[in-house]
Amino acid sequence: MRQENARILSHEGIAQETYRLVLHCPQIAHAAQPGQFVHVLCGTKPLRRPISICRAEGDALTLVYGVRGEGTAWLSERVPGEELNLLGALGQGFPAPASDAPILLVGGGIGTPPLLDCAHRFAAPFDAILGFRSATQVILEDEYRAVCGAVAVCTEDGSHGTKGFVTAPMQEWLAQKKYAAVYACGPTPMLQAVAGLAKELGVPCFVSLEERMACGVGACLTCVVKIRVSGAEDYLRVCKNGPVFHAEEVVWA
Amino acid sequence: MNFLETVFCGVTLKNPVVAASGAYGFGRDYTDFYALEALGGISCKGTTFAPRLGNPPPRIAETAAGILNSVGLQNPGAAHFIEYDLPWLRAQNTVIIANAAGSSVEDYVENVALLAAADVDMIELNISCPNVKEGGVAFGTSCASVEKIVSAVKKVCPKPLMVKLSPNVTNIVPIAQAAEAAGADALSLINTLTGMKIDVAHRRPILHNNTGGLSGAAVLPIAVRMVWEVRRATQLPIMGMGGVTQWQNAAELILAGANAIQMGTAIFADPYAPLKVIYGLAEWVEREGCNNISELSGQVRPW
Ligand SMILES: Cc1cc2nc3c(=O)[nH]c(=O)nc-3n(C[C@H](O)[C@H](O)[C@H](O)COP(=O)(O)OP(=O)(O)OC[C@H]3O[C@@H](n4cnc5c(N)ncnc54)[C@H](O)[C@@H]3O)c2cc1C
Ligand SMILES: Cc1cc2nc3c(=O)[nH]c(=O)nc-3n(C[C@H](O)[C@H](O)[C@H](O)COP(=O)(O)O)c2cc1C
Ligand code: FES
Repeated sequence: MRQENARILSHEGIAQETYRLVLHCPQIAHAAQPGQFVHVLCGTKPLRRPISICRAEGDALTLVYGVRGEGTAWLSERVPGEELNLLGALGQGFPAPASDAPILLVGGGIGTPPLLDCAHRFAAPFDAILGFRSATQVILEDEYRAVCGAVAVCTEDGSHGTKGFVTAPMQEWLAQKKYAAVYACGPTPMLQAVAGLAKELGVPCFVSLEERMACGVGACLTCVVKIRVSGAEDYLRVCKNGPVFHAEEVVWA
Repeated sequence: MNFLETVFCGVTLKNPVVAASGAYGFGRDYTDFYALEALGGISCKGTTFAPRLGNPPPRIAETAAGILNSVGLQNPGAAHFIEYDLPWLRAQNTVIIANAAGSSVEDYVENVALLAAADVDMIELNISCPNVKEGGVAFGTSCASVEKIVSAVKKVCPKPLMVKLSPNVTNIVPIAQAAEAAGADALSLINTLTGMKIDVAHRRPILHNNTGGLSGAAVLPIAVRMVWEVRRATQLPIMGMGGVTQWQNAAELILAGANAIQMGTAIFADPYAPLKVIYGLAEWVEREGCNNISELSGQVRPW
């Protein structure tokens, strides 16, 4: 974990209100594990913004983010050559697979980027199911196709891929093929549905959670989520104990 | 020349910059960035006698030049702190301030007795947390209850006792005087100011607790004013805090009458902020032609 000034190599819109940022950030890029995140200083904002690492390759770090409020709007105006101040690589990412049995990635919306590096960096074979609201929001489809076996894309309005939610193909695939685990990231209702389905079908499931943060390094206890630890409920830190948790331990709000 | 060494109620701080309670945990999380011995001290996360789960999330919201938090004193309990964090912290070569909270006079007394018997340098009595239902700020906003709790705690506290004051009062001066009369050895101020932020689109407060404590740059002028008022009403050493982001802010608190300062919120944007403040203060003292920063404490020239 360190602070690093990262030079922007490229910055482009890849879907509606969604940008891909490639940074020269050697120290954090080399330390990064799939599912970890960086904490991005946004001008004079008192709080940094947590953004997952989509890809760490050599000295380069790729982030994919959606514009939601003032911080991400500021970020979207940055141009190549400028520097961004990052803390990273932070948190506990997805577990390295213990065998070469296949793993299913399930991503929803802006929750799709953090899963991509799993397929690049872990040796096990990966399949992916990606869900979006509509065709204008679809991101990283080609990138997933390049590194995964089977890839399904669903949109809620049917404007691209299959119409409906990720849980429909997920149910089919889990029934047909023996997966060692499901790794998921996306909106909470989706994660809850994915976790429920995985449990029903007896497949271990790991989810990447979001919560509002201050320090990003484990000190301030602002970013907590309720987790069942050996029977008792406790508030654990998304930034330090997570963002990836075993789905069965999560006490959904 | 040691421009920054500060003796604060008998405890020697190598510099007057202390990490504020709640922003810095028990120090472990920042050691990847720098050794804690760079700091004058660390005020640990507020601990209670029994472990506390704290409030449901979201616990943090951003405001103009500040933040609101509603952590609600989540902590593993004083005994756990003493067993697991304190021995490690002691080896870091910095001053250790235990921040003690509670929910009744008996609870505070039991907690402080335990903490003060452990290897800490000072106790900071938190009677000003705005995020817990019982205790906390309820104790810190009336002179009678401040006097009651400080005198009870003082009896079981052989270490220097610093009472942390709430800014959520009409007049902070009588509160400070009540703490002094009851035996406080030092004062720290300010804790956070109660505030609220509403997500307009969802008509919901951002914080699950609805309200929270405001800190960060936005509160600095209030902190400076309160330190100035309290300095003129008591002889006790003062640790000033609230919104210190750069050395000039720390210098304002010191000129207003603080003997040392704490920094919390600024560390979230820049983990190195305390080190930059330490450096800036040393240069300031030298530029002013002083031998030690204590010569500048209270040296504002009011109109
Ligand atoms: C571990 C983690 C990884 C993330 N990875 C990504 C990613 O790869 N791509 C992406 O687009 N988004 C990601 N997010 C969400 C992203 O952090 C928020 O969208 C962003 O902070 C919003 O900031 P803002 O200034 O635009 O919004 P504002 O509403 O102006 O922000 C105000 C405050 O609320 C916080 N906040 C608002 N929404 C969220 C949220 N959903 N989660 C956490 N904090 C929030 C902000 O950080 C800020 O402190 C991630 C969140 C977490 C916790
Ligand atoms: C997340 C957070 C947690 C805090 N927890 C405590 C606490 O446990 N005990 C305490 O006395 N003050 C606590 N405070 C208050 C700070 O110690 C400090 O008084 C206040 O934040 C003002 O200083 P700042 O503007 O430099 O942050 C907390 C503040 C923040 C932001
Ligand atoms: S953001 Fe501070 S502990 Fe997680």
